Amino acid sequence: MFNKLRIVLTAATAVGLAACANQSPPPSASAAAPHSSAPRYVPPDDPYPSTYHPYPSTPTAITGATVYDGEGARIENGTVVMAGGQIQAVGGPDTPIPEGATRIDGRGLWVTPGVIDVHSHLGDYPSPEVSALADGNEATSPVRPEVWAEHSVWPQDPGFSRALANGGITTLQILPGSANLFGGRGVTLRNVPARTVQAMRFPDAPRGLKMACGENPKRVYGRRNQMPSTRMGNIALARETWQRAIEYRERRARDPNTPRDFAMDTLVDAMAGRVLVHVHCYRADEMANMLDMAHEFGFHIASFHHAIEAYKITDLLRENDTCAAMWADWWGFKMEAYDAINENIPMVHNGGACAIVHSDDPNGIQRLNQAAAEALADGRRMGINIPDEVAWRWLAINPAHALGIDSQTGSLRAGKRADVVLWNGNPFSVYTRPQEVWIDGALMYDMNNPRMRPVSDFELGQPGEGDTK
Amino acid sequence: MKTLSLLLAGIAALAAMPAAAETVAITGGRVVIGDGSAPIDNGTVVIRDGRVVAAGANVPVPAGATSVDAHGKWVTPGLVAGFSRLGLVEVDAVDETNDSRAPDSPFNAALDIAPAINPMYTAIAVNRAAGITRAIVSPGTGRHSIFAGQGAIIDLGGDMQPITRARAFQYIEMGENGAENAGGSRAAAYVMLRNALREARDLRLPAAARRPNGPDGSPDNPYIQGNAARSDDVLLTRFDAAALVPVLEGTQQLFVHVERASDILQILALRQEFPRLKLVLVGAAEGWRVADRIAAAHVPVLANALNDLPASFEQLAATQSNIGRMRAAGVEVAIGMLNDNDTRQIRVSTQYAGNLVALTRVPGATGLSWDQAFAAISGTPADIVGLGDEIGTLRPGRHADVVVWDGDPLELSTGVDAVWIDGVRQSLTNHQTELRDRYRQSREGALPHAYDPRQ
Repeated sequence: MFNKLRIVLTAATAVGLAACANQSPPPSASAAAPHSSAPRYVPPDDPYPSTYHPYPSTPTAITGATVYDGEGARIENGTVVMAGGQIQAVGGPDTPIPEGATRIDGRGLWVTPGVIDVHSHLGDYPSPEVSALADGNEATSPVRPEVWAEHSVWPQDPGFSRALANGGITTLQILPGSANLFGGRGVTLRNVPARTVQAMRFPDAPRGLKMACGENPKRVYGRRNQMPSTRMGNIALARETWQRAIEYRERRARDPNTPRDFAMDTLVDAMAGRVLVHVHCYRADEMANMLDMAHEFGFHIASFHHAIEAYKITDLLRENDTCAAMWADWWGFKMEAYDAINENIPMVHNGGACAIVHSDDPNGIQRLNQAAAEALADGRRMGINIPDEVAWRWLAINPAHALGIDSQTGSLRAGKRADVVLWNGNPFSVYTRPQEVWIDGALMYDMNNPRMRPVSDFELGQPGEGDTK
Repeated sequence: MKTLSLLLAGIAALAAMPAAAETVAITGGRVVIGDGSAPIDNGTVVIRDGRVVAAGANVPVPAGATSVDAHGKWVTPGLVAGFSRLGLVEVDAVDETNDSRAPDSPFNAALDIAPAINPMYTAIAVNRAAGITRAIVSPGTGRHSIFAGQGAIIDLGGDMQPITRARAFQYIEMGENGAENAGGSRAAAYVMLRNALREARDLRLPAAARRPNGPDGSPDNPYIQGNAARSDDVLLTRFDAAALVPVLEGTQQLFVHVERASDILQILALRQEFPRLKLVLVGAAEGWRVADRIAAAHVPVLANALNDLPASFEQLAATQSNIGRMRAAGVEVAIGMLNDNDTRQIRVSTQYAGNLVALTRVPGATGLSWDQAFAAISGTPADIVGLGDEIGTLRPGRHADVVVWDGDPLELSTGVDAVWIDGVRQSLTNHQTELRDRYRQSREGALPHAYDPRQ
């Protein structure tokens, strides 16, 4: 908070400001500094910083469980120890347990890292789905990299708690929608109830840049007789925008008094790798075009989202170190989803690329483990034999990698954040649900304790308040 | 007379189903009848001439039967989509291929979706490959009416005769959607409904026309003839008014989409004014709040299985326990799919049913037993549309719609080994499976994939 509105006064910057007086400085600067002696505005590194802090935890040890570590390892009769908000130890039955730790008998149960969804609109397209709360698409221009999804997130969306209780979701990225070629910045959240989005923001997680190709941008703007109205228009306008960002970056490097352009700032950050690029893209040919665009302008695509035809270009994805975030079985709702197949996820994995199961849906996010299980089984039926514990990567370390937080979460490694789900059975079975969920070692959901079932402000006083949902 | 003619029409439609002369005995599997009874281990299912002969333990295999070994497998009736828009759409967002609603038609209640069904649509083949063999198919409403038109019961066989029963029900919207369709309020929806049913009631046939000269609701419906007298003061077209006569007389079911508890009670109360309505509630996300009233009214429900979000202000009390709680209160309830997936994703019904079983292990929740859950996607929806004697279970005499699964059909890892519809073994290949086979290796060989040999 201390750096939120940092104003620094130095003679040098005052001179600098005077020098650019004819270049229409940003409104905040001009309002605050009409005269050459006024303070120079220095933007904070992170103007909307995380205020999240781990909730209180007690040292806890789960014993006797089947453990998937999220990176592909499996431990039978395993022990997971959480202390100080971190994973302290993961191992077999001989793993030392600190004195005084809460012990949970995990026999017959499964322990996994918390599920991570790279593509959610909880909060920016919340429940109830009324237009007054529909804040996911700034569909006023196909190029809107200046908007930030976090400024649309309504923390009281009841969907967050469903994702926690039914889906074991501990981390999720909230993205702008796909109406625009450049939809804006995404934000990665801890799935904790909070009064403000800042209190949910994953500390130090890079922000995302949501891009889109294909039908949505050309449909939204084509209807307005505006560019883009075709796929070639999509690409052309995206290229023009990246080119503008490069010129902006060079101008800023030459002249630090170049007026700030928040849209261009996002793209410059993306080219520098400070903001990770996630592209809504369905068709194989369009993903290939986007990969070429990334090479052309020097940015990296962290992940394609939806990626219905990723199975057709697993080689390209592998060579570009680009993940594909996919549904298990969505298909046919639009033309660019026509070539969906049930085996997309295991085929991408089998092709050596990074496969992720994502939701893009407030219901689907409650069942990402089930989606993974279906895809896994479909893969096995075509001869792709991936062990359960390896498939859990699709829900854990792979999405963490795409979000740039894999050093902090996404697997049960000592020293990482203790984001843990205890399942009441095999999490790839339809009959299984989360029994307890910890975020940074703090118990945030307990199936057996109605008081550990979060209820959003919106639900208070409504029929069904506090129900099992 | 009307009732009789409708029944005759229904029987005629069913008799027209294609039959296979082959006798098949599926032996050694775990047999599920689909009526809520427990699975039978090491059971046998015998089908002949397109019908189930017998299913259960100790069923003799007839001489000459083609034998199918199902040891280690599960054998069940084909699943029945309790509510869907299957066969009406190829690609949802490609308007030209989407017959699920007619936003700008001058007609509403008279719309009959049976001729619009395309049995060759990809969604039919994809869902057939997942064990869905029959579907309750409903139209959606246009912009300016609460009446969507008349839905059908179809099969998902790979032939050109998809219709099991045409004009099986009328579908109307009465909650938030109905309010919008009627002009902006629920009050407008109710007056639109009352007015329409009165216009249907006021249709007067001359005595000579009072004979069963065609199945009710069909294009031969006598009420659409010009000599059926009408008042000058009418809102509905003659076709639409005539289509509502069977609804009013209770010879055609009235499917009513409502979610809110108070809306459900209003619909149940309609029978005080129109006592012969054969109501079926669709949606009913808050049904659990008034489950005892629904049960007392003996009105069945086709409900979404897993809605647990206050997605709208008419489903604030939504919970995955809705179906379990309604059933516990004595409501006849099946799983339907009334959402953006209703045109093509009925195949997730098994997952949804399995999730209702999962709830039995969640304190505070109410789920279904496995047997109840399976019935909710097979025998129960068939019973709700009055076709329990024909489809939905493996009881003797039913259409031979049979699925062999490689495991528990509600489990995520389970796949379909074989499907019969009307006794005919079905193809399980489709656009998706052929793409899968083509792209086993994404990188192309000497020639592009387009030249790959196909099966």
